[in-house]
Amino acid sequence: MNINDFISRIEEEFDDIKPSTLEPDDILKEKFTWDSINALIFLAHVNVEYDVEITADELIESKTVRDLFNLVESKVETK
Amino acid sequence: MSIFQVPNINVAGISACVPEKIFNNQDYDWISEKEREVLIKTIGVSKKHHADKGLTTSDLCYASAERLLNELEWERSDIDLLVFVSQSRDYIIPATAGLLQDKLGLSKSCIAFDVSLGCSGYVYGLSIVGSLMNNGAAKKALLLTGDISTLNTSYKDKSAYPIFGDAGTATALEFKNGHSPMIFNLQTDGNGYDAIIIPDGGIRNFVEVESLNYKKISEGIYRNNLNIILDGVKVFNFSLREVKPNVLALLQNEDMDIMDIDYFVFHQANKLMNETIRKQLKISPEKVPYSLNDYGNTSSASIPLTIVAEISNMVKNSSKTLLLSGFGVGLSWGSVIVETENVTCPPILIYKG
Repeated sequence: MNINDFISRIEEEFDDIKPSTLEPDDILKEKFTWDSINALIFLAHVNVEYDVEITADELIESKTVRDLFNLVESKVETK
Repeated sequence: MSIFQVPNINVAGISACVPEKIFNNQDYDWISEKEREVLIKTIGVSKKHHADKGLTTSDLCYASAERLLNELEWERSDIDLLVFVSQSRDYIIPATAGLLQDKLGLSKSCIAFDVSLGCSGYVYGLSIVGSLMNNGAAKKALLLTGDISTLNTSYKDKSAYPIFGDAGTATALEFKNGHSPMIFNLQTDGNGYDAIIIPDGGIRNFVEVESLNYKKISEGIYRNNLNIILDGVKVFNFSLREVKPNVLALLQNEDMDIMDIDYFVFHQANKLMNETIRKQLKISPEKVPYSLNDYGNTSSASIPLTIVAEISNMVKNSSKTLLLSGFGVGLSWGSVIVETENVTCPPILIYKG
């Protein structure tokens, strides 16, 4: 998995993030409304794109974009 | 895995009824305007119908059944089976099915009972009614499904209030020798019983004074123990994990393909979830009707309501192969392949009480 692809797909998925503005070490809460609705949109996105399942606790523990990427990548690898 | 056939059952007619009062999610002032916008777009519910206190699911089912029986010109005395699938019954005791048998003027030789299921209830209901009919219990039967979910949902719970709508439906089924079998795949995982739950008011937790205490659960979520709890992420992960393999196993068992189905009518949970399932299964959008935008999530009414609201012209005057799939509270889920032929489908009724 490539973190740049991962980021550009997230930028496409969320209306309030402009293309090429998200960086790996950005704090999620500072970049956009990281609320329950957006969390579900993210869950749906990784389910379709990467065929993995993420729990609520795992999402809460993820603070940065890189955390999310590492989480998804580890799930893809252990599939 | 429980895949089984129920032969000789024809769906003669389907009707649906909703309360007159409309709630627009645009007016949901518990959350900010921007939040409302994102919410409506994501869950796909612009408006839904809400019951006033005193109106019951059985009232809506009764209106649907009356209209349908008149349209079909069925004799009341010929109906020997009535199954009421709902989680919002009239009373704790007795079962609601009996009240409906009496109100509809059905005979005393009629079998009538309740089944407590929600989102999966329509599919389960078809299997129960169809199976009993094949055992000779009835030549004609009524399956009445629906829920009033808005009266026990907290207004100050943004995770549940904007989603639910109220509706009651009636489906008329008749024994018809040689009719293509309905094929079912029904499943259960009670480990997730608390993903959608009303905690108090049953025998496990009696109603106490404390049941009415409003508590802050998290930002934007206040409710008491008589309100519905909807654990969004849990239900979401469950549905995304289980629905696709359930549908595919059913199709494979029959040597069928996505292409062989005219319409996939899914329980109307919310747009994000349903669209994700549609994409997982690679079904084209034209084959997947939605009634969510105008009616919300109506529990066990959602599948028949969607048929009446969205594809009635298609099922009225021709033969169609439908795959119906319900999933949610229980956790319980199931799919069925149904061959329909000239189904009587009166337009959606508005209950003026």
